[in-house]
Amino acid sequence: MKSLEKFMRKLEPTHESKWAKFHPVWDALYTFAFTPGETTKKGSHIRDGIDLKRTMFMVIVALIPCLIFGIINTGHWHYYALGETGKFDFTHMMGAKALYGAIKVLPIVIVSYGVGLGVEFIFCIKNQHAIQEGFLVSGMLIPLIVPADIPLWMVAVATVFAVVLGKEVFGGTGMNIVNIALTARAFLFFGYPTMMSGDKIWMSGVSEMEVLPEGISGATQLGQLATFNGPAEDWAYQGGLSAFESAWPLWESFVGIIPGSIGETSVIAILIGAGLLLYTGIGSWKIMVSFVLGGLAVGYLTQLGSVTPYMDLDPINHLVIGGFMFGAVFMITDPVTAAQTSTGKYIYGFLGGALSITIRVFNGAYPEGVMMAILFMNVMAPMIDHYVIQANVKRRLKRLKTA
Amino acid sequence: MSGTIKLRKGLDITLQGEAEKVKTTAESSLFAIKPPDFHGLVPKMTVKVGDKVKIGTVIFFDKYQEEIKFVSPVAGEISDVFRGEKRRILEVRIKADGTDASEEFGASNPDSMDGKGVKKALLENGLWPFIKMRPIDVIARPTDKPKAIFVSAFDSSPLAPDYDYILHGEHDAFQAGLTAIAKLTDGKVHLTKRANVSHDAAITDAKGVQTHTISGKHPAGNVGTQIHHIDPINKGEIVWTVNALDVATIGRTLLAGKFDPTRTVALTGSEVKKTSYVKTRIGATIKPMVDGQIASDNVRYISGNVLTGEKIDADGYVGFYDHQVTVIPEGDEPAFQLSGGGWLGPGTKKFSINRSYFSWLTPNKKRVLNTNLNGEVRAFVVTGELEKVFPFDIYPMQLIKSCMYEDIDLMENLGIYEVAPEDFALCEFVCTSKVNIQDKIREGLDLIHKECM
Repeated sequence: MKSLEKFMRKLEPTHESKWAKFHPVWDALYTFAFTPGETTKKGSHIRDGIDLKRTMFMVIVALIPCLIFGIINTGHWHYYALGETGKFDFTHMMGAKALYGAIKVLPIVIVSYGVGLGVEFIFCIKNQHAIQEGFLVSGMLIPLIVPADIPLWMVAVATVFAVVLGKEVFGGTGMNIVNIALTARAFLFFGYPTMMSGDKIWMSGVSEMEVLPEGISGATQLGQLATFNGPAEDWAYQGGLSAFESAWPLWESFVGIIPGSIGETSVIAILIGAGLLLYTGIGSWKIMVSFVLGGLAVGYLTQLGSVTPYMDLDPINHLVIGGFMFGAVFMITDPVTAAQTSTGKYIYGFLGGALSITIRVFNGAYPEGVMMAILFMNVMAPMIDHYVIQANVKRRLKRLKTA
Repeated sequence: MSGTIKLRKGLDITLQGEAEKVKTTAESSLFAIKPPDFHGLVPKMTVKVGDKVKIGTVIFFDKYQEEIKFVSPVAGEISDVFRGEKRRILEVRIKADGTDASEEFGASNPDSMDGKGVKKALLENGLWPFIKMRPIDVIARPTDKPKAIFVSAFDSSPLAPDYDYILHGEHDAFQAGLTAIAKLTDGKVHLTKRANVSHDAAITDAKGVQTHTISGKHPAGNVGTQIHHIDPINKGEIVWTVNALDVATIGRTLLAGKFDPTRTVALTGSEVKKTSYVKTRIGATIKPMVDGQIASDNVRYISGNVLTGEKIDADGYVGFYDHQVTVIPEGDEPAFQLSGGGWLGPGTKKFSINRSYFSWLTPNKKRVLNTNLNGEVRAFVVTGELEKVFPFDIYPMQLIKSCMYEDIDLMENLGIYEVAPEDFALCEFVCTSKVNIQDKIREGLDLIHKECM
């Protein structure tokens, strides 16, 4: 590998060359291939082996099960909508499903990465700072939280919006206020509502069909549940909640054989990723656990004071439908936008989970509350930290008085 | 006596090259006292190149606190006053002449001295610089009245010298030193021992001090950690700290009536062929110690430990406060990603508090770590990692950031008065974003020193 190292060194733009401005790009490629021989100067002479690249890489690895399941699931619901496969007959026509899913999903991944990294490169050349690794994860998250039928140009526009206004205006990786991937999703949600919500988009191919096959609805579970808030004649299931529960058994929802955004459906795949993040110590268990607890708490509370069938829904069921678990493991845990103090993390996660279910159950306009809840908590995180830190400051001042 | 202080946070970095318990000697003829060892000091020379000095002859003093004097550890001739940028004095080099002529000031027994007498003896004879103050972590100001003096009876940093081994047989000197410093404060002298370790008699027999025990990983042995858990510093308060080994030096000097510069230095590190405890003097060059002892070419010499030490040359000098020399490999070779050193590789040789590298399979293995930064400097992204190794009721990242943007009020509120750069050494080690945290804290402390002290 010495020769490759030499070759890359030779390509390094010098200060005088006309390519000098492109040094950050060279630097990104070089440090991608080699850990530079840069050494400590003083202070701690040895350093922990981890760096931001490794951290981000582990998150991407953790997302791969979700991506793979999402690809097959996309194909599954496509062939279900065509009437060629049974509702939960997941393994039937596996090859065709995977192929269809890959054709749908992989371009979204490529566009997200291509556009996002392109914007990063432009800003790094403009500001002459090193390209930071933050987008490596955002670029993977964006495809996983959009429906498979989304036009690629929308993905591109949303990615540009999220990277520029979500991150670069604040100073780049580590400085953003709200989660980049959710910024992109929120942009799509409010900019192109017909492509991000409703009954037509969650099964790939349905939006092009004039008439759906008999007995098939394109709606997600959340969409169907939201109808329970309306008058009885609009209910998705006239039998009420029990009819819903028999139509969507808990186990299938847990495995992820449900329509939804590409990567959010499978709790199993998400838990594999969560296991990796927690075991390596990269994800915060404090936020994940408290987020789930917050969701469960509101779930039980709504059950207690139930006035609509939706409020009767088993809190466990709340966890496995929609993007709740995906949000808990990959979204709300983003360290830059989350609360930074230990105590703050519990509060932040709990409120995030609680708010997610609250919006779901009580706000008919947003069948899925997780995105809104997390974005809201992102904005609130500095305030939570502020009060946690003030408590620490007060403790110190009190010590002075009693001493 | 209070109960054992139990630390749950911290980190022991297991490295190869702990000093073997063998005493060797290394005869040096070159010595240097390095003013930069004393942070913030502006030295005023009292000797010139070519002047003859004895052991204990004053060679320079503090320009702003003239009573603090610094003395020669050896009899000989001033061979060089080595200056750096802006003519700042970096080293005052002394060439030994082989005689051991000393300045004599008369033996005294600390038991029968009063505070004034002790203070005068320490100031006149170059012993005062051993006493440091918190906050700020600089040489103590003789005019202050500290609320307490803290001495840590052990060092928990990586490859640290074993104080029990060094202090063995120094029973009287250590006690005399403790007695002497106890006269400098109206408060107590706190001596903190490690739990579940049988300390040497010199430490267990210590009288006239308040003893504590502490258990846990590094930085349990850092005096800053101990202060925080025993009697934390509030704004406006001052405590002094002295290294236990330097307490013995103070004791020896007072009992003998002449400056005793002997010092035992632990020669440690993975690149040392035969590690040992080397008997030498304060300020000695490391050349005779390391000659023929180094296993590879490209190494870094550190005066002190790997977390807080100073980088020195192969013929550099042991720092004034250091009782250890560490030699580890340099890491200035670029490493291909998929190989052992890269970020995509399995990383079985890397040490990490996370388990993202496969080195977690062998947590107790003694490792060889080099000086590679293992990444590039970034903005803070990861949170919660600094807290894992920082056993203070202080928010480390918030305090570091307040130092970076120089918000004095915030620094005070977040506890800047309780910390020294060395308390953040482990934070710096684990930081994913490779920020030079100790530097940032030092800059913050300098600002506080200038504006508030």
